[in-house]
Amino acid sequence: MPVLLLAVTAEPLNLATLVEGVTAAKAGAIASFLGTVRSPNQGRRVLHLEYEAYEPLAIRVFERIRDEVAAEWPDAVLALHHRIGRLGPGEVSVAIAVASPHRAVAFAACRYAIERVKQVAPIWKREVFEGGDTWVEGAVASPDDEQARREALKLACV
Amino acid sequence: MRVKVRLFAQLRDLAGRGDLDCTVDAADAPTDAALANTVRVEDVWQALVRDHPALASFTRAMSTAVNLEYARLDTPVRDGDEVAFLPPVSGG
Repeated sequence: MPVLLLAVTAEPLNLATLVEGVTAAKAGAIASFLGTVRSPNQGRRVLHLEYEAYEPLAIRVFERIRDEVAAEWPDAVLALHHRIGRLGPGEVSVAIAVASPHRAVAFAACRYAIERVKQVAPIWKREVFEGGDTWVEGAVASPDDEQARREALKLACV
Repeated sequence: MRVKVRLFAQLRDLAGRGDLDCTVDAADAPTDAALANTVRVEDVWQALVRDHPALASFTRAMSTAVNLEYARLDTPVRDGDEVAFLPPVSGG
């Protein structure tokens, strides 16, 4: 069965699966990124994070990010998996792999993809720490905001 | 008309539920002739805020989607649509 390149799942993420999914003879480089649960965060000991997603829209947004990557770097191939549910410190919440003929594009597209996930993916996390809990609030998702997209591109291409 | 409303994260907590059936009548919409009988995402939101006033604080800090497409407050909605309201995201 072919590897799903884009996924939202409650199962533990396995980077090897994503790498397998993007591996191709024409690729001379595969860059990867793992986002993991951090503790302490903002000086508090984190017990766990609870992730939730608007799953069908999240998959559509991942498809959009894939298309943006393809438009910017036509030779790059992206795999992007995000986990939902309860995750303890050190667990992987997001995994990205990008294959490309050359390393510069692989690194740039990988960075671009995680910046875009943080800007526009309909995914939320609630941080449960010692003594309380709070929803983490990031960006107001606006996929057509071209300025935000350019910021992600700028971060990717430093 | 009736629409299916989806709320997530803080919005769901404030409303107490993530899935709601919301009845929005054209009477809830502006009476401006050009807009008569057109219900927009904003009308659905206002109906929700009437039932759950705590949601109001998110009016300027949320996204919306209609039938799995990101939308705007002035996007028209039709009977049976799925209208989602999304607080600031925090994936990754």
